[in-house]
Amino acid sequence: MNKKIGDVILDVRNISLNFGGVKALTDISFDVREHEIRAIIGPNGAGKSSMLNCINGVYAPQQGSIRFRGQTFTHMNSHQVAQMGVARTFQNLALFKGMSVLDNIMSGRNLKIKSNILWQALRIGPAEREEMVHRQAVEHIIDFLEIQAYRKTPVGQLPYGLQKRVDLGRALAMEPQVLLLDEPMAGMNVEEKQDMCRFVLDVNDEFGTTVVLIEHDMGVVMDISDRVVVLDYGKKIGDGTPDAVRSHPDVIKAYLGTSH
Amino acid sequence: MAFFLETLFGGLMAGMLYSLVGLGFVLIFKASGVFNFAQGAMVLFAALAMARFAEWLPALTGLHNGALVALLAFALAAVLMGAVAWLVERLVLRHLVNQEGATLLMATLGIAYFLEGLGQALFGNDIYKIDIGMPKEPIFVLDSVFPGGVLINKEDLYAALIAALLVAALSLFFQKTSTGRALRAVADDHQAAQSIGIPLNRIWVIVWCVAGVVALVAGMIWGSKLGVQFSLATVALRALPVVILGGLTSVPGAILGGLIIGVGEKLSEVFLGPYVGGGIEIWFAYVLALGFLLVRPQGLFGEKIIDRV
Repeated sequence: MNKKIGDVILDVRNISLNFGGVKALTDISFDVREHEIRAIIGPNGAGKSSMLNCINGVYAPQQGSIRFRGQTFTHMNSHQVAQMGVARTFQNLALFKGMSVLDNIMSGRNLKIKSNILWQALRIGPAEREEMVHRQAVEHIIDFLEIQAYRKTPVGQLPYGLQKRVDLGRALAMEPQVLLLDEPMAGMNVEEKQDMCRFVLDVNDEFGTTVVLIEHDMGVVMDISDRVVVLDYGKKIGDGTPDAVRSHPDVIKAYLGTSH
Repeated sequence: MAFFLETLFGGLMAGMLYSLVGLGFVLIFKASGVFNFAQGAMVLFAALAMARFAEWLPALTGLHNGALVALLAFALAAVLMGAVAWLVERLVLRHLVNQEGATLLMATLGIAYFLEGLGQALFGNDIYKIDIGMPKEPIFVLDSVFPGGVLINKEDLYAALIAALLVAALSLFFQKTSTGRALRAVADDHQAAQSIGIPLNRIWVIVWCVAGVVALVAGMIWGSKLGVQFSLATVALRALPVVILGGLTSVPGAILGGLIIGVGEKLSEVFLGPYVGGGIEIWFAYVLALGFLLVRPQGLFGEKIIDRV
């Protein structure tokens, strides 16, 4: 893999998050560089999703800060984070079930649509042109994810693997600088996993999108990520290249166990 | 036969008004999962506002063109409903994010009482008229088919036209605009909607505004037929069976449910009433809703509720 990894785009500093007496995250720090694929791994309950939700503005950590392109945000809403250029997918699919595939992905471009509501309703003037531009962008994503045949299908009717793709498509439609993927391969069969890996690598390659990825599947993580953070019981126990992490004794003890 | 058609038509007209009130319920429930008990109070509040604005405007501005005054009064009342929506979000909903459905329901019950009181305190509690210049004279149609023809109120036709225009505008808004898409997105999944940059608070204000305008139109039509008075607030109770029948999450369901109940009420009253001593109109809707709750609790078009464990 020969790509240009840039400066730090996302800097997580000393994040601690409690739910009442439960410590979900304790003093976590790591950074994400532009254009890289950064994985966060760890056993069940290690705090991976909590970490992602902090970055995404769903949870407000009690301590620490998150800097995105030099701007600090600790107490921000999800929608503000989205406006800054961070998109995400969900572990337990959170698609808009009543809408078609096209509308779901189109909704990802909502922030970019600027024309007047009345013009949009009547499809006249600039609104028409704008709609065309966004529709083209969405069609590009649909082609990219190979879901052309399901354009008009309500997403609720699609099989799980395809719904995951639509979830990714909606996030891509935002043209994010950072893409947060919450267990994109969870619950998939081998073939679907391979497809998803290919999409993640292609997104990273083609659009230069920085990817932060939470994953259970060790094989997947080691194959596609540039650097890996390992969490266990809310603490960081490893950070580095896949090879370095793989051989780290703490990581082996906590996570890999007897698999090596 | 002509009498049957007249009854049917009368039922459709009443049903249309139920539909409009039911639509208000559905809009808010879809977008925020809140069952808005205050919809009836909003109808009353909006209608009172419009009736009184139309009364005060000529004195304040010297305008005497009836249509213009009605239009201005409508616009002012719409703005007022917008302000109500904003305040409801600010003072109530914002503080109750992620609370149980029952908590939110109780909050809207509180809003209902507050609006009823405030409306009457601000605008008085007499019976007021709304005059939007609808022609009152009856017309006869189909007189070549039936002797004497079928009697229809022109006013009702206009009312139906207004309601149809409103529904058409709403569906354009929901289907074709990015805001409409955002509203549907919020209705389906709050967290996902936020993750693509949709601010929940603003969406809630918009939804309550839309519901407020729907309430205003319902109140306006009702008020111009029968006058504006406190009993308007109770139309919400008549519209409850409508949304049970049509499904809480379905806009077409609210419309069809309203029509079915309107027609069912009138037909059963006229044709079955004599056998049971009358009064069917009063309970028909509720018994129908009860039947639906037993057989098809999600309503005609509602989403089937499946709990995944």
